[in-house]
Amino acid sequence: MDPIYLDHAATAPMHPEVIKVINKAMEDTFGNPSSVHHIGRKARKELDKARYAAAKSIVANEKEITFTSGGTEADNMALIGIAFANKAKGNHIITTKVEHHAILHAAEYLEKKGFRVTYLPVNEAGEVAIEDVQQALTNETILVSIMMVNNETGSIQPIEQIGELLRDHQAYFHTDAVQAYGLLSIDVQQLGVDLLSTSAHKINGPKGIGFLYIKQGTHFEALHHGGEQERKRRPGTENIPSIIGFQKAIELVKENMSERMEKYQVYKQLFIEGLRESGVKFSINSSNHAVPTIINISFPYTNVEALLMNFDLEGIAASSGSACTAGSVEPSHVLSAMFGKEHEKTLNSIRFSFGIANDEEQVKRAAKHIAAIVKRLSKKEMR
Amino acid sequence: MTDNSNIRVVVGMSGGVDSSVTALLLKEQGYDVVGIFMKNWDDTDEFGVCTATEDFDDVVRVCNQLDIPYYAVNFEKQYWDKVFTYFLNEYKAGRTPNPDVMCNKEIKFKAFLEHALSLGADYVATGHYAQVRKVEDRYEMLRGVDNNKDQTYFLNQLSSDVLSKVMFPLGHLPKKEVRQIAKERGLATATKKDSTGICFIGERNFKEFLSAYLPAQPGRMETMTGEDKGKHEGLMYYTIGQRQGLGIGGPGEPWFVVGKDLTKNVLLVEQGYDNVYLYSDGLIATDVNWINETPTQAIVCTAKFRYRQKDSKVTVVPLDDNRVEVIFDESERAITPGQAVVFYQDDVCLGGATIDQIFKDNKRLDYVG
Repeated sequence: MDPIYLDHAATAPMHPEVIKVINKAMEDTFGNPSSVHHIGRKARKELDKARYAAAKSIVANEKEITFTSGGTEADNMALIGIAFANKAKGNHIITTKVEHHAILHAAEYLEKKGFRVTYLPVNEAGEVAIEDVQQALTNETILVSIMMVNNETGSIQPIEQIGELLRDHQAYFHTDAVQAYGLLSIDVQQLGVDLLSTSAHKINGPKGIGFLYIKQGTHFEALHHGGEQERKRRPGTENIPSIIGFQKAIELVKENMSERMEKYQVYKQLFIEGLRESGVKFSINSSNHAVPTIINISFPYTNVEALLMNFDLEGIAASSGSACTAGSVEPSHVLSAMFGKEHEKTLNSIRFSFGIANDEEQVKRAAKHIAAIVKRLSKKEMR
Repeated sequence: MTDNSNIRVVVGMSGGVDSSVTALLLKEQGYDVVGIFMKNWDDTDEFGVCTATEDFDDVVRVCNQLDIPYYAVNFEKQYWDKVFTYFLNEYKAGRTPNPDVMCNKEIKFKAFLEHALSLGADYVATGHYAQVRKVEDRYEMLRGVDNNKDQTYFLNQLSSDVLSKVMFPLGHLPKKEVRQIAKERGLATATKKDSTGICFIGERNFKEFLSAYLPAQPGRMETMTGEDKGKHEGLMYYTIGQRQGLGIGGPGEPWFVVGKDLTKNVLLVEQGYDNVYLYSDGLIATDVNWINETPTQAIVCTAKFRYRQKDSKVTVVPLDDNRVEVIFDESERAITPGQAVVFYQDDVCLGGATIDQIFKDNKRLDYVG
């Protein structure tokens, strides 16, 4: 069978136009933007253009954009950089149980360094309650970090309301927007966030590049030390070809955002209908308030490992929660937070995510194959 | 060459050289090969380092060299329930368990086999040194040709049914040749050291490991005539015939463990490798498995009472409750309850059982356990 890629939330293929500009940048723009000569200046010019595009995409100022190696670095910088710089104001941090490990493990690190972290629960739809945020806030709270869109379920968090709540509180507000960026329109003023993480490869850009928005005036401590690049917040010679590719990807996703949302909504519907028509048992873990590109589905009487391997052997690429150290699958911490630690859904759920590698025919075909595999496996388990 | 491309073989890969070469040979024979790493034990330390990670990395390297898909599957729960619990219970009962036999029975050739079949496998393959032979409609298990590496002892609980779905591609090869093949083909694991000891303990100190799960109860050591010989650290740390670690000095021949008195928590020791208390001439074993037909009357065959031991001539008498009596032609040294007794007819492994009671001159040797 022709392979079908349903794992765009893990990483997405690069857009052909992105590849084109990166190739060109590698040929034409090798300079170091910090150099005091025309070769350097040429690179600096490209860097500034990209920074402007990045800033504009979230209604921010160029000075507020720090390029990073991607989402994980941006998240780590946000948490650790804010915590260390604001120790004098307090030692309390609020986040949720369903964040990406880039946040959760950075938070655990901060706990070891003496900070107190509150991990907020979520409801069965995977959403955090504003009241819970409010209740968790103390005079000691210096940072609240809540993701905009969950990477496993696609659920959208009420960032704007939380931003509103925090407007008069000393705590900085960070959102991991890696899965939201390029799908939802983002205006940092409107959202009321002080920091925001993005990653290029989730929007058909290159891997190894992302940015962290840091609102002007934010007390922030750099994690790395070196040259003057990125206003000393992230020193190191800039990854110019990737930054140029990122810029292209940003421009492309901005062009037809609502059209793409509609297209993916159709994919999601076709996929669900395909499964329904096949008569296979399943339930959808994602809430209705979710991005259309991610759908998390539980298949009773199956287990994740057997499902994923069978899908792969048939050419269908999907994924589940986080992979464990030896490559075997651990129960998803996101689904555990939604349904309870021992819930069967944590062991029989798959994340499918759509994107530019798909078309309608593929999505229908995938649903058919998936249903056949699930039927075969669940029959076995029920015996 | 026959076209094997429609035959899917799932190889259990540990990251060692044997299973690497297993996958390589099958790939070269044109099979549709899939590599799977089993994670049966979590030994993640405080720094998040776990040996399984490194072993899986080796599986990945080899599978990429062979251009085959690879996966990892987690059997920690099954392993804990079926193998480790048995392991601890046997130690609690003063016996010396054989977790490798249990792992093959419950995990590799049960949970893993079922998993492989759910992936559309026609066969599973492992790097065991053993051979499968089809005789009419039944499947026999033969010793590996490398006498020194033959692993049928650990596979004695398999059935003909299971063997019909199993391949042991290394069974006809000497170990040296397996290493040679790995080196010639430049496999990433070609020079990797063979693993030793029980898989979940690895290179760690056995005593330390066991004491984390079972409280050690130190007690006295005595001779069979009740002479005090000092202190032992806990009966579970000793096995029948053991010489090392007793710390009994003095003149004469070295001292050996000959038995255990569980009720008094006394370790029984005697002097001399050939001490009479170490010898027996028969045993009763439980949970007997016959790979093919179950004998209805006494049979004459050979047996192994431990791994890498020469065969001994025995008569096996079937009893009720899945038990057998095994009568030795010549008396045997240091038969150990909890270990496997495995039966052979020439090169064919007939099956095996778990040693339970030991006899001499038709009298049960209670002191052995």
